[in-house]
Amino acid sequence: MNTTPLIEAHNISHRFDDQDVLSNVSLSLYPDEILTLIGPNGAGKSTLLKLLLGLMQPTQGRIQRKPGLRVGFMPQKIQIDDSLPLSVTRFLSLARPRHEKRSEFITKLEAVAEELTLGGLMKRPVQKISGGEMQRVLLARALLKSPDLLVLDEPVQGVDLQGQTELYEYINAVRLRHHCGILMVSHDLHIVMKDTHRVLCLNQHICCQGHPQTISGTDAFKTLFGDGFEQLALYEHHHSEACEHVHPTQESTSS
Amino acid sequence: MSLDSLLTLPDFLLYAFAGGLLLAVIAAPLGVFVVWQKQSYFGAALAHSALLGVSLGLWWQLDLTLAVIAVSILAALSIDWLSRHTRLPSDTLLGIFAHASLALALILISLQQPTQIDLMAYLFGDILSLQTGELVGILILGLWIGRFVWRHWSDMLNLTLNSDLAQIEGIDTRALQRHYLLLLAILIGLAIKVVGVLLITSLLIMPAASARRFARSPETMLTGAMLLGVISVLGGLLASFLWDLPTGPAIVAAATVLFLTSLLKRAH
Repeated sequence: MNTTPLIEAHNISHRFDDQDVLSNVSLSLYPDEILTLIGPNGAGKSTLLKLLLGLMQPTQGRIQRKPGLRVGFMPQKIQIDDSLPLSVTRFLSLARPRHEKRSEFITKLEAVAEELTLGGLMKRPVQKISGGEMQRVLLARALLKSPDLLVLDEPVQGVDLQGQTELYEYINAVRLRHHCGILMVSHDLHIVMKDTHRVLCLNQHICCQGHPQTISGTDAFKTLFGDGFEQLALYEHHHSEACEHVHPTQESTSS
Repeated sequence: MSLDSLLTLPDFLLYAFAGGLLLAVIAAPLGVFVVWQKQSYFGAALAHSALLGVSLGLWWQLDLTLAVIAVSILAALSIDWLSRHTRLPSDTLLGIFAHASLALALILISLQQPTQIDLMAYLFGDILSLQTGELVGILILGLWIGRFVWRHWSDMLNLTLNSDLAQIEGIDTRALQRHYLLLLAILIGLAIKVVGVLLITSLLIMPAASARRFARSPETMLTGAMLLGVISVLGGLLASFLWDLPTGPAIVAAATVLFLTSLLKRAH
């Protein structure tokens, strides 16, 4: 594995309205790696993602990006108002960077469309395609940036089970072909596990991290997620000093 | 007024035609984004605050058009700021803003009884009183909007689609949105003369909404909105001359007819 991380967070903390959303989070992401961020609702996943993407500045700590890092981002969901007449092709072509020649971009667009089998969708209005198809279109759009790092925010949300497996297969194929690192936020674990190299459990701080198989055995993981997303009760960690405090009750971890 | 007298156009009619048509064309690029970003309440709130501009201009004896533009710019920026720093839903915020400034404007105007301002002219427009200065203003704004659209069309579309995504792709979304709001505020300030405070939003959204039925791309919708805006202004002016109707409402009525007609076509 390449030794220069694509992105590194050093002890970042973030506060919103005098409330700690994240405390002392450090992580690094390497090329060719899939890092999955999991955690219950309100754990600060979205905040961490926004900080890493540079959409916000952390209250404390610093984030280091590899110089010249190109990021492809796939938002959680995108709601396009019906009043905007927009075909899938036009939607994708809006991703063309200013400096890129139109002809080069079109070649790239065609390649990506084929890779994600978008052929039949290209002429359809972007509002008229299914949730799973939209996610594939969004993934294509992220790829058009020729990214070194692909950031996916809950990529399978609102997609049916079969579509989820399919989408994850696309994502893994994309990583192998484009050699980009992937940072993914998720709260459904069972499917994610398969291709992920590293899982990071977040609940305002990093509770545990490691290879999916090792991590699912740890106490911290079990207390955070239970067996198959049971309700979370008031709990304590025992595995490390940094985590020795009482968490507020979480009503539910899945939604 | 008969059709014959229309053929020998006096200056004020020439100004009315030039100003109205130009305004219809330059309102379209902002109007489509008002529709796509669901900001028609924003337009209405700005228009109401423009009346506050009128009353303040009278109070301090300033040029009314400039006072209106200054106040709508200020209003646009403060609404933008408030929407980011309060937890109220934006339609509530805009409602408060619109009616607070309307009330304040009416109070200020009533305190200056001797001035005897023609409130109707500001509420419903007075296109026949368009001055050279205002026409020049519309022309300059037109060039500015043209440049904005030329340079930022794709960026604005991306911002409208998803602002996080746009920002990650390297667009300074906040600056861009402010630029757009600034243009919108100035446009509303200048358009008050044409259709008035109460009807200005319709000039922005009606042609765009009608064009939606025929459009397959953002660009065709823009072109359609320009065309329909021009037809509305022409139709309104003509109807107003032929049947002696108030011009502002006649323009909006013409736009309404076009909108209703567009409903006959099945949407794409």
